[in-house]
Amino acid sequence: MHERDQREGMAMSARVQVEDFDVAHEISQLRAGNAKVGAVAAFIGLVRDLNDAAAISTLTLEHYPGMTEKALAGIIAEAKQRWEVFDALIVHRVGKLEPADQIVLVAVSSAHRGDAFAACEFIMDYLKTKAPFWKKEDTPAGERWVEARASDDDAAARWQR
Amino acid sequence: MIHLVYLARLRDALGTAAESVDLPREVSTVRALLAWLAQRGGAWTQELAPGRAVRVAVNHDVARADTPIRAGDEVALFPPVTGG
Repeated sequence: MHERDQREGMAMSARVQVEDFDVAHEISQLRAGNAKVGAVAAFIGLVRDLNDAAAISTLTLEHYPGMTEKALAGIIAEAKQRWEVFDALIVHRVGKLEPADQIVLVAVSSAHRGDAFAACEFIMDYLKTKAPFWKKEDTPAGERWVEARASDDDAAARWQR
Repeated sequence: MIHLVYLARLRDALGTAAESVDLPREVSTVRALLAWLAQRGGAWTQELAPGRAVRVAVNHDVARADTPIRAGDEVALFPPVTGG
């Protein structure tokens, strides 16, 4: 798939990293000076200081190296099949995070906003239900693994044809 | 011989992150593997009981109950994902 992307001049990518990311820089890279881009939609997921009525001091993100990159690339490829997008980017952080930290960035460039909005939301919904990441919260009562939410499954199911 | 990987809450509950095992000849699908591991008793029986939400990937692809398992495969067991 990577070879096909290069052949078509695409730089679609997915990254998993410990380091924080700079949204402005990432979007600038995504646009790549292409004047055919008329719309960029972006979503940024952040660590909240409260979840399920408990104060959160740290959030630890774990993933499954090898599968994660494959799953994210597959989600981007599917978004590209469904909508007219120039490029799409996923940056997902792992490791120990604190409230207000950035967790994930999804950004999509397209000629028009409709495709950009839809593809961005689709990628995020699929990421939340199909990409192998897990969150563990540190609360005053101790550490706990975050449970999957049925509402996330419902959100992803909306896109099934 | 297959390589088993356990992730997140399931790794904590089972007390192991990875192992290599020789499977009996009749254990050739994801469904059979889960049933075989559940026979170990204790946390294995509890966590891998039918109806528990256990997700499986074979060689980094999401697997179903009838997905075949062959020698040399990497099989990962994990709870429903919670990223994003």
